[in-house]
Amino acid sequence: MSDEYENKSGYQAQSSEALTGSAGSTPDMDYVRPAELPEQDLYHGHTFLTKWVFCQDAKVIGVQYFLTAVFTGIVGLILSWLMRLQLGFPGLAGFITAEHYYQFVTMHGMIMVVYFLTALFLGGFGNYLIPLMVGARDMVFPYVNMLSFWMFFVAVAVLMASFFVPGGPTGAGWTLYPPQTILEGTPGSGMGILLMLVSLALFVIGFTMGGLNYMITVLQARTRGMTLMRMPLTVWGIFTATVLAMLAFPALLVSAIMMTLDKVIGTSFFMPTILKAGEVLEYGGGSPILFQHLFWFFGHPEVYIVALPAFGIVSDLISVHARKNIFGYRMMVWAIVGIGALSFFVWAHHMYVSGMNPWFGFFFATTTLIIAVPTAMKVYNWILTLWRGNIRINTVMLWCLGFIVTFVNGGITGIFLGNVSVDVPLSDTYFVVAHFHMVMGIAPVMVIMGAVYHWFPLITGRLLNETLGKWHFWATFLGAYSIYFPMHYLGFIGVPRRYYEMYDSPYMTSAVGMNEFISLAAFLVGAAQFILIFNIIKTLKTGKPAPKNPWKANSLEWHTSTQPPEHGNFGERLPVVHRWPYDFSVPGAKDDFIPQTTPPSEVVHTKVEKT
Amino acid sequence: MHAGIIFFLVILGSILFHIFTPWYWTDIASNWKGMDDTITLTFWVGGGVFVAVCLFMIYCVFKYSYKEDRKAEYKPEDKKLEKILTVATTLGVAALLAPGLIIWNQYVNVPKNSIEIDVMAWQWGWQYRLPGNDGKLGTTKVVNINDDNPFGINLDDPYGRDDIMVQSDIINLENNRPVKILLRSVDVLHNWYVPQFRAKMDAVPGVVTYYWFEPNKVGEYEVLCAEYCGVGHYAMRGGVEVQDPNSYQEWLGEQETFSDLLAKQNKEIETKKVAKNNSNIEKVIYKEEK
Repeated sequence: MSDEYENKSGYQAQSSEALTGSAGSTPDMDYVRPAELPEQDLYHGHTFLTKWVFCQDAKVIGVQYFLTAVFTGIVGLILSWLMRLQLGFPGLAGFITAEHYYQFVTMHGMIMVVYFLTALFLGGFGNYLIPLMVGARDMVFPYVNMLSFWMFFVAVAVLMASFFVPGGPTGAGWTLYPPQTILEGTPGSGMGILLMLVSLALFVIGFTMGGLNYMITVLQARTRGMTLMRMPLTVWGIFTATVLAMLAFPALLVSAIMMTLDKVIGTSFFMPTILKAGEVLEYGGGSPILFQHLFWFFGHPEVYIVALPAFGIVSDLISVHARKNIFGYRMMVWAIVGIGALSFFVWAHHMYVSGMNPWFGFFFATTTLIIAVPTAMKVYNWILTLWRGNIRINTVMLWCLGFIVTFVNGGITGIFLGNVSVDVPLSDTYFVVAHFHMVMGIAPVMVIMGAVYHWFPLITGRLLNETLGKWHFWATFLGAYSIYFPMHYLGFIGVPRRYYEMYDSPYMTSAVGMNEFISLAAFLVGAAQFILIFNIIKTLKTGKPAPKNPWKANSLEWHTSTQPPEHGNFGERLPVVHRWPYDFSVPGAKDDFIPQTTPPSEVVHTKVEKT
Repeated sequence: MHAGIIFFLVILGSILFHIFTPWYWTDIASNWKGMDDTITLTFWVGGGVFVAVCLFMIYCVFKYSYKEDRKAEYKPEDKKLEKILTVATTLGVAALLAPGLIIWNQYVNVPKNSIEIDVMAWQWGWQYRLPGNDGKLGTTKVVNINDDNPFGINLDDPYGRDDIMVQSDIINLENNRPVKILLRSVDVLHNWYVPQFRAKMDAVPGVVTYYWFEPNKVGEYEVLCAEYCGVGHYAMRGGVEVQDPNSYQEWLGEQETFSDLLAKQNKEIETKKVAKNNSNIEKVIYKEEK
């Protein structure tokens, strides 16, 4: 075996050679505190297995997470097609029975929220970007990081296996509300639900390993000069989301364990006395509402676990491509932290009509609407960043603009649903479906797509094709908007969610045409994603090689020794940071950007305001 | 420049869709007009913010598109502007929250003169129970439920004897009389929802939940189960018929009470006793009756 630990002589980083300012300026001006810790030793794999499979390089792990999450996303997408096929054209595909339909609904929901979005943002972008953006050579615990991915991989495998067990996957709805989840009458209430619960537990365990890495890397492994208030908002978003996840996922784990016990050994954590087919089951005294509290104590922060990284990433993309500093950076940081903290006090707004004590409604409506304030501030700051900018209308920017439109739309409908008495007529209808798809489905996906086009040259060294990118954007944006904007109005009519079909109902007969239209739009949007896949394949084969730092960005990931960055990221010497990452278009500067590594002595004649 | 135009058309289309949509509220048939009004208010305020933000974004796209020789403004923070926006947003949000909470307060406080209705749900159907002359519903237990006691009424509860039983998925209501819906489920979560009444609440096994409304329009309405309850969820429908007081009383008079049912069973048991039938359940009932 030729694998070996690279042994770096420890304390070289402590010498203050970075004090060398460039010609003619006072060295003190560029002073940055010396490093407090020696650099970490990295394990360099040499075999195929250690380099690409059980790899400890956060960038490779990030790509592994990304690809696995995208695979689950494609499964989720196909399930959504099947659902829309049934809803728009009932009976056309005879093989879709009610059982199948509910299984598709459930698996689509769980896959998209947990295995696609969460894994993609935190596992994918988190792994790839955190070490690069904070100036670290890797995550602090690379081995645990590798285990994290493989635990996730096993969780996905278990989840996918549930498609093939007798009875099929669970069809309990992604919220898995007991008692129906584990009773006959719900599809997949045997093996299906067990595999789901096991898979979720594995996911939480794997995620905890990754999450520790993201948090501690951000807190402990930042390079010299990278103060917390100089971190790119991407890192702030992913970091805060990870803290949320570490606090929220245990609630999911606990409820999964209790439900498994209810199912397997007949405990009654969530099971009251139940009469089924004329017989009283051997349960009694449990509380179905307790599960809902536990689930949403996880479930609501989960929304922000997805949203906060998206907020962070989109802030960076907008700033870079508008060639303007992000407006109100400090406000943005505190908004992320504030939203994160508040997200633990709003969970029961999913439960206004659940039968919990109705007096809770006053408290949770108030907290929910309070959270709208920092969220609105973020929106204002995004558009104020565009204002008086110098906006490149490229594919990346288009995705960002699409994000703003869909996110504001979904945010506003959130104010409807959060406002307790307004929620009463709208809850459990298609209004809810439209709302959460707009705000935590489409909006984050817009950011993911923008991020893919933005960082693709960093990861592969090639630029994606712009023309294909724009087609991909417009088909996705217009298509998705035409799915979810009209869908709100189905909710007004009173059409409930999770109905396999209801064409005989007077509520629905007026909306047949709209339902068909929505289905057609859904087929189109799904198909449009293959433009991206084609674009990626084409680019990898024949794409234009990207110049170094093609977007002229300031943050550290574009200032690595090589592009794509190698293992260890920064070559001989770690970068030293002198400023925040948003010094675009600084008056007096030669270029319209000043990288974070540029010492003040090199830009003495500029009017830098924030460092 | 076409990107700005397309975004503009999307916003314009959204506004036009909202104005001309044929798909909107079903006509309200209860006292919860306040919910509709709050939604309308939220539409004005929220929709206004949505349109304003998007139009401002589109303006920026037109006005500040990339030019080689232009330099973007450099202004990291504007404390005053941020303060104004925070205060304005907070006020707007408070203005929306206030009516929402006021109506919720009405929703959780049931009027004294309302009639209680026990709505019992199971996979997959509904049945209803009304208080008899004593105006009180008898207490129930899931384990009591069987063919002879379909609502599981406690046999030793005197209030239960005159309860009116509607073993059908259709219930009649009296126009302009508030009803308190008491929800009960014997197996999984359900939710008794009539879009025209606007109100809803989950039925949770193990507890009794409630909500109230006052129907104010005579007519027939469809009941939908609004909480996923397994594979038959979509087919779990029922009906409501709102009647004027006279027809309602007439209907009420035709319904069977629990005593009627017990008496009928008693007769049957007597007959069966003669026929020397001794199945277990009947033995129990027989004992109870003695």
